[in-house]
Amino acid sequence: MATKAEHIARDEKEMSGCAISGIMSEAGHRFSGEDIIRSIGSMKERSSGLGGGFAAYGIYPQYADEYAFHVMYDHESGREHAGKCLKELCEIVHRETIPTRPMEKIRSRPMLHRYFLHLKEHVFEQFYDETEEDIIVRLVMHINQNVDGAFVMCSGKNMGVFKGVGYPEDIGRFFMLDEYEAWTWLAHGRFPTNTTGWWGGAHPFGLLDWAVVHNGEISSYGINRRYLENFGYRCTLHTDTEVIAYLVDLLMRKHELPLEVMSRVLAPPFWSQIERMDAAEAKLARTLRIVYGGALLNGPFSIVVGHAGGMFGLNDRTKLRPMVAARKDDRFLISSEEAGIRTVCESPDRVWHAEGGVPVVGSLKKTEASGADVEEKAVA
Amino acid sequence: MRKWLVEPELKVERDPERCIQCQVCVRQCANDVHEYDPEDDNVTSNSDSCVGCHRCATLCPTGAIRIHQSQLEFRPHANWTAFAMRSIYRQAEDGGVLLSGMGNDRPYRNLWDRMVLNASQVTNPSIDPLREPMELTTFLGGKPDRVELGGSGTALKTELSAQLELNVPVVFSAMSYGSISLNASVALARAAQKAGTFANTGEGGLHKAIYPYADNMIVQVASGRFGVDAEYLNRAAAVEIKIGQGAKPGIGGHLPGEKVDGAVSETRMIPEGTDALSPAPHHDIYSIEDLRQLVFALKETTRYEKPVFVKIAAVHNVAAIASGCVRAGADAVALDGFRGGTGAAPTMIRDNVGIPIELALAAVDARLRHEGIRNRASILVAGGFRSSADVVKAVALGADAVYIGTAALVAMGCHVCQKCYTGKCNWGIATQDPYLTKRLNPEVAARRLQNLLRGWGLEIKEMLGGMGVNAIESLRGNREHLRGVGMTDIELKGLGIKPAGVGA
Repeated sequence: MATKAEHIARDEKEMSGCAISGIMSEAGHRFSGEDIIRSIGSMKERSSGLGGGFAAYGIYPQYADEYAFHVMYDHESGREHAGKCLKELCEIVHRETIPTRPMEKIRSRPMLHRYFLHLKEHVFEQFYDETEEDIIVRLVMHINQNVDGAFVMCSGKNMGVFKGVGYPEDIGRFFMLDEYEAWTWLAHGRFPTNTTGWWGGAHPFGLLDWAVVHNGEISSYGINRRYLENFGYRCTLHTDTEVIAYLVDLLMRKHELPLEVMSRVLAPPFWSQIERMDAAEAKLARTLRIVYGGALLNGPFSIVVGHAGGMFGLNDRTKLRPMVAARKDDRFLISSEEAGIRTVCESPDRVWHAEGGVPVVGSLKKTEASGADVEEKAVA
Repeated sequence: MRKWLVEPELKVERDPERCIQCQVCVRQCANDVHEYDPEDDNVTSNSDSCVGCHRCATLCPTGAIRIHQSQLEFRPHANWTAFAMRSIYRQAEDGGVLLSGMGNDRPYRNLWDRMVLNASQVTNPSIDPLREPMELTTFLGGKPDRVELGGSGTALKTELSAQLELNVPVVFSAMSYGSISLNASVALARAAQKAGTFANTGEGGLHKAIYPYADNMIVQVASGRFGVDAEYLNRAAAVEIKIGQGAKPGIGGHLPGEKVDGAVSETRMIPEGTDALSPAPHHDIYSIEDLRQLVFALKETTRYEKPVFVKIAAVHNVAAIASGCVRAGADAVALDGFRGGTGAAPTMIRDNVGIPIELALAAVDARLRHEGIRNRASILVAGGFRSSADVVKAVALGADAVYIGTAALVAMGCHVCQKCYTGKCNWGIATQDPYLTKRLNPEVAARRLQNLLRGWGLEIKEMLGGMGVNAIESLRGNREHLRGVGMTDIELKGLGIKPAGVGA
């Protein structure tokens, strides 16, 4: 198993083909990880056993208001150092090792810990001009960039990212995801063309509530990365997925663009299409392209992005990667291949191929636990 | 004629068996190289005054004329080169400043030629621009950091400042009417309009013949303020403050009075026959805050409807200076490297002052990004761009668009003889002599320029497609698509690119 230090030192971008899958209950019913494991497992051809991972939303109702940090450690000193960083800024409500099941195929693994925490009062005074989320991002970036042997996999509330080196179905069972219940599940299986076999390099990539799984290779990576640096993001993982997650965070959280508008930044219409739009729509599309040229994701991609309010899928503007969506009752499914849907949902009400540049969107209406409108709560 | 201490650099050879005494060469050469003797019915050539413009050789109907480097060579000496010695002979003769036209001709390392581009294989499909959309549309002007939506849903709150829209990221660089002929100026303006790009007036003012193309003109405000009034500013698409020029950083433009005829005098608003000497600095800009005042004076004059560019020569501290220009309100910064052309420059300055545009561009783009202000202004680069590949590499390094001057002149017929300052351009480009200027048909020249832009556009699309990129903004500043071959570590670091052989 490669360590974080070995991975970062390479300074080479990860390239990979992949399978992605997402299943959610828009009604907020929680269900076991069994379905998502079977869905991603049905697309084994698209993975090579060099990386698999999952994201799950609604899995920690007992700590719903705490940030859930999943952290992997290469060695004990990494754990001590990162622990210090966390304790300095955060009240740790609960800490434990992430439970795993012995699996024959998963031989080498880092130490896996999770923390449920919130920021200490004095931190808000120290960073008085930053939002709570900004401070969390700062903390995560600090550990991931500066603490040798430690890597924060996710940092959202009531959600978690589980990932490692192996086939995704094995990783899922290793983390015992069949015993968790979530209302949104994302999964990823990797087919890298170059890899150090580092666990942190697997997908999903998580930051705050965002989790991104991605299939494709972004030919605009070099400028996307530099564009993000303009806004204080430091990309250290050499993956397209990291860049996509930061762009989503910048555009949706910081610039407050709605999903449909953000999609027109990441996968904008062609100028020839803009010419045919009505005046107001054309003006918006044109302004977005002029201002956000550095955020355009060029080259083939399909992504599924999970967040507190649901999940969405998006294809590049010429649809150079496959992505299928489906609905069945309150279930909304996205998958690289239709097989990933039919495996867990025999007779969907509707199945369709996502159009290039047009997001397919699943929105969480109610949660089982609180009955409260989740979107409203997120705003509050 | 007094014999010089130095033999001519060029030798004109005439093949007597081919020569038919038609005297085309005699009529075409403004330097009086060729002479017809009616008594002997014979044409002879005097190599002494040949500048190597190839006009005679190109037009000779029987191919009788060949021009070679002189066979007479100095004894080899690594320090006392022919160039060094000839320069001294010339100065010992007349005690003047050595003059040159065009850009730096010294053999400095050209880093464009040591950069190579990427292409997609397997993991990412290359794109065929003949079958799929490929977008080169480029906007020059300041951009806000973000778009704000207001009121209901997706109503747009952000209003963009004025932008220039380019169909191809290539703009004709500043070449003044006066330094070049009106026919050449009209050809550039017309080609810019037809190709969907822009041409720059330089400090020559805006001749009435250019008015129909004013929407595609960038007008320059240089230290001499020639031709500048409110009407001039408001007719144009954009205004450029010229602080410096790559061919002669630190000094102003110089148009000899011989070139200032009636029309040039009217357009520049100066008396006929007077030298048009631009001061070295703008005498109202002695500091960055003074620049800011001029930027906003121009914006006020044009009611904030035109982007204001600031053009600077690439010098040692270019990144900090460019940052200052952006903070002073420039909507675009034009950087002119030390290979940049000119109608006239002191040779020692042309060849020894300033830095290569490759390194200047890399430093400026990195600096503006580091300061988080790269969005606020576009970057144009100039200085010796020869091909579409140079343009693609510049865009990947971080340029929004490229200014071409010499390449455009070459498209019109220029053979880079470097004698623009003599006013005897046999190609009718860098002259005001009506006998010579009429040789350049503006329609034909415009079509040649348009062809050049079309060809480069097609090549740029092919290169983008190979990289798996279908919009030029995805290449802009995307240094991952560049690799260096045979560069030093310091050069690689300066350019912010990796050496060939290292993966993504």
